Amino acid sequence: MTSATDSSAIGLPVPTERLLELYRMMLDARLFEEKAHKLFFEGLVKGTSHLALGQEAVAAGFAAAMRPDDLTFCTYRGHTHTLLRGADMAALMAELLGRATGCCGGKGGSMHLTDVAVGAMGSYAIVGAHLPIATGAAWAAQARGSGQVVVVFFGDGATNIGAFHEALNFAAVWKLPVVFVCENNLYMEYTPIGSVTAVPNPAADRAATYGLDGIIIDGNDVEAVYAAAVEALAHARSGDGPLLIEAKTYRHGGHSRADPGTYRPDEEVKAWLDRDPIPAFRSRLEAEGVESATLAEIEAASSAAVDAATEDARNAPFPDPATLETQVWADGGSRWRT
Amino acid sequence: MADLTYRQAVGRGIAQEMARDPRVYFIGEDIAAAGGVFKTTEGLHERFGPDRVRDTPISEEAITGAVMGAAMNGLRPIAEIMFSDFFATCWDIVANQIAKARYMTDGQITLPLVIRSANGGGARFGAQHSQAMENWAMAVPGLKVVAPSNPRDVIGLLAASVRADDPVIFLEQKSLYASKQDVPEGEIVDELGKATLAREGSDVTVVALAAMVPRAVEAAEILAGRGVDVEVIDLRSLVPLDMTTVLRSVAKTSRLVTVEENPRLCGWGAEVTSIVTEEAFYDLDAPTLRITTPHIPLPSADTLEDLAMPSSATIVTQIQRVANG
Repeated sequence: MTSATDSSAIGLPVPTERLLELYRMMLDARLFEEKAHKLFFEGLVKGTSHLALGQEAVAAGFAAAMRPDDLTFCTYRGHTHTLLRGADMAALMAELLGRATGCCGGKGGSMHLTDVAVGAMGSYAIVGAHLPIATGAAWAAQARGSGQVVVVFFGDGATNIGAFHEALNFAAVWKLPVVFVCENNLYMEYTPIGSVTAVPNPAADRAATYGLDGIIIDGNDVEAVYAAAVEALAHARSGDGPLLIEAKTYRHGGHSRADPGTYRPDEEVKAWLDRDPIPAFRSRLEAEGVESATLAEIEAASSAAVDAATEDARNAPFPDPATLETQVWADGGSRWRT
Repeated sequence: MADLTYRQAVGRGIAQEMARDPRVYFIGEDIAAAGGVFKTTEGLHERFGPDRVRDTPISEEAITGAVMGAAMNGLRPIAEIMFSDFFATCWDIVANQIAKARYMTDGQITLPLVIRSANGGGARFGAQHSQAMENWAMAVPGLKVVAPSNPRDVIGLLAASVRADDPVIFLEQKSLYASKQDVPEGEIVDELGKATLAREGSDVTVVALAAMVPRAVEAAEILAGRGVDVEVIDLRSLVPLDMTTVLRSVAKTSRLVTVEENPRLCGWGAEVTSIVTEEAFYDLDAPTLRITTPHIPLPSADTLEDLAMPSSATIVTQIQRVANG
């Protein structure tokens, strides 16, 4: 098993502008989701929502390392991944609020945020289903010689479903340019992953089965994630086949909407909150000489961006009833008979 | 014209489209080097090479997921699911992912893909390799469902399916693989959602699909000798459903019979019948009639399987009830 937990260990000095960009990305994601959580309790976000508060470093580190034409596939816990590939924040917020200006016109909702234009190829709400789909997108990249890499994010719970194993074997046999990233937040939903999995590292310990290295990274260290992502993308792009990375991280909240996550031991929660990726990274930036004013400027800008997106979404119209039966077929309609 | 089997027509249809469009790729279990377990795809691997015609592991979720992802990223892929019963192992990808991606993303995702499969009974394979599952697919919004009854249509409808920008479930009836027909040389391309008249007639409209079409035509020939002139409609696709042709025929004959291979409940004939009764009730001179396989899993023994599936003899007997009504 290899481990890449420290960017300096693999000789990758990250320029300050990129570090500040990573900080901005994590903040955007954090503030966006905190707002979404608030709007849920105001009754404005309907249905359900699955927040990735605490897991921002994984999304930011990878998104920052990806090429614009690379493709992201993520789960129903996908607000952050979609946003950080460059999707319009107001369109995402509007989608959560079921508005016409939402990225999916209100037809997708929180669990299906998608923005194909920026390579955010969808949020998939059936656990594990998107791993074979991402593999297929990587097959097309290989077939067309496009040079794209596909990155697919999934939770620890997905490692126990068949699609995970089918996709990994398929991608390994065909040597496809896909990076599988397990965001191990220790809980499949409400149940500790360790209590339902035969091995301690649910993704990494299965890697050898498919002839892959079991790579474990600190998913709360954005620099480590970024360094691992740069390396993984280069590997996949060079034609050396897929990679499987397990990022250890933690969900600050519960599984979904109002779940307070009380099944988690207090000391465990506290230990991980102390390892919150954002304040930790902020302290590191200050220690490296970034001025407080620069960080405050980024913080104010993120906050303003979320407020503006929220205002925009709140004021957006509801979907036109005429759209109910559109976009089932490529002709834009839903007609099934003559 | 060339004498072509339904089996050979599958290979010719795929070859026609792969030769025309370099974005068409073909994957599945045993389809490349082995030429397919039904020998439908012999020669494709040699002709188009190992990149475009590629064997997969026995991983139906990976196969269907692969064509979905590939269709999202610039290919127009064809997958084979060896037996249509195996759709049950990848129904999440087919029904939850492929069928819904376009609607859920408000048109951001287009999936020009075809999933071919050997469907239906008559081969003595038992309940897990014989199902007529067209209704499963028909019931899910977002899937087109095509089922040819003869070699010529295999080519024309396969071409239409590959060229469609929507996902198509393409069901080949495995008991028809050995059936033959004179098929014209050259490119054949049909349109989805166009039924054909397998036999013109004026007394009773019989609507059939896939293997039930030749059986309905055989029944019609027998009935012709008894003074009943049966019109047989070959639906060819369930989605889109060509109700124009059905309603026009019923307006002429005033009698409707559907012949379905699938088990009884929620079969496509129920949908066709309900539309006719809603929209053409006053054209009807007799109660409508559905002929189906009973609502049972299909048995293996030849005598039992033959008893289960609608035969031309059963169809003759049943149609006579309506014709005399």
